[in-house]
Amino acid sequence: MAQTYTPLATNTVSGSSTSAVSFTSIPQTYTDLVIVANTSNSVSLESLALTFNGDTGTNYSYTRLYGNGTNAISDRATSAAYIAALLNSNTIGNSIIHIMNYANTTTYKTTISRTGDASNRTSAVVGLWRGSTGSATQAITSITITVTGSNYVSGSTFSLYGIKAA
Amino acid sequence: MSPILGIYASQISGHLWAPTGAYESIATTTLGSGTSTITFSSIPSTYTHLQIRVFAQETVSGAGFDNMNIYFQSDNASGNYAVHSLSGDGSTAFAQAATSRNTALIYNALSQNTSIFGGAVIDILDYASVNKNKTIRALAGVDFNGSGRIGLSSGVWLNSSTAISSITLTASNFTTYSSFALYGIR
Repeated sequence: MAQTYTPLATNTVSGSSTSAVSFTSIPQTYTDLVIVANTSNSVSLESLALTFNGDTGTNYSYTRLYGNGTNAISDRATSAAYIAALLNSNTIGNSIIHIMNYANTTTYKTTISRTGDASNRTSAVVGLWRGSTGSATQAITSITITVTGSNYVSGSTFSLYGIKAA
Repeated sequence: MSPILGIYASQISGHLWAPTGAYESIATTTLGSGTSTITFSSIPSTYTHLQIRVFAQETVSGAGFDNMNIYFQSDNASGNYAVHSLSGDGSTAFAQAATSRNTALIYNALSQNTSIFGGAVIDILDYASVNKNKTIRALAGVDFNGSGRIGLSSGVWLNSSTAISSITLTASNFTTYSSFALYGIR
């Protein structure tokens, strides 16, 4: 059997002035991508913004399910500028994001993720990227993860894996 | 691993890793035409767990979604499966359950919308055991830019004595380009 779940890259934040992490020139030879993130920021609970190929247009949407210790809640964003697929806070958050069939040029791109911060909430998120041109013909070649209201705390980690189907 | 992979971010240190070998691709089906049933058979019993990664669409009928059935060893007899789920539809979080079923369910796994496919990651734990019931868990969802669902599913096949060597996934009709990939985890 073919071994896969290949580590492609990892980033560890150093210093206190980083608000965005990117993986670029992603090989198109895998079936799915997985990002494992263990992060904290300098302020408070905050969703991280997942974007692809440098597209900051309103071409994203997502549906979330989360629990905050008191209630189970679901919400969504439509025609958003990013997918809020990750979570962190000034304690620590962790996320596993699956980017399904990222290299295809036929369909919109779907992400599913689980994310949690034991001090705040745990959640599951499905996201959609419709492409910067509104068409489904764009493979994902780069990924950016941005903390929108603060900076990452030094030691935050982001690991990218490729999974290749037989 | 590609040597051309780039990493950039201010004040970030990055490095590349060598592959490890605990996760193996066993089989994949990508549909060239519609079908209602996908079966993985002759699954080796040499792994600890299995994972199925699904990127799938059902016959397009609007902006809907659907659940996907899963059963093992051709056993789709009533009473042999049970499921629970926790889902969100963008405004409400809700729980569902079904017992005495003839299949387990992966909730929210399938899109019925043009150009949009649902995603699902299904874990089948200790699948080769011959002394305990088999449990599955899944993360699955589909978003349509204004509607959609995300959910967590858990299920059980009430058979403690049979190792799983075949898995069947069904829907009303999986469409062209839907893909189903089976992996083994050591």
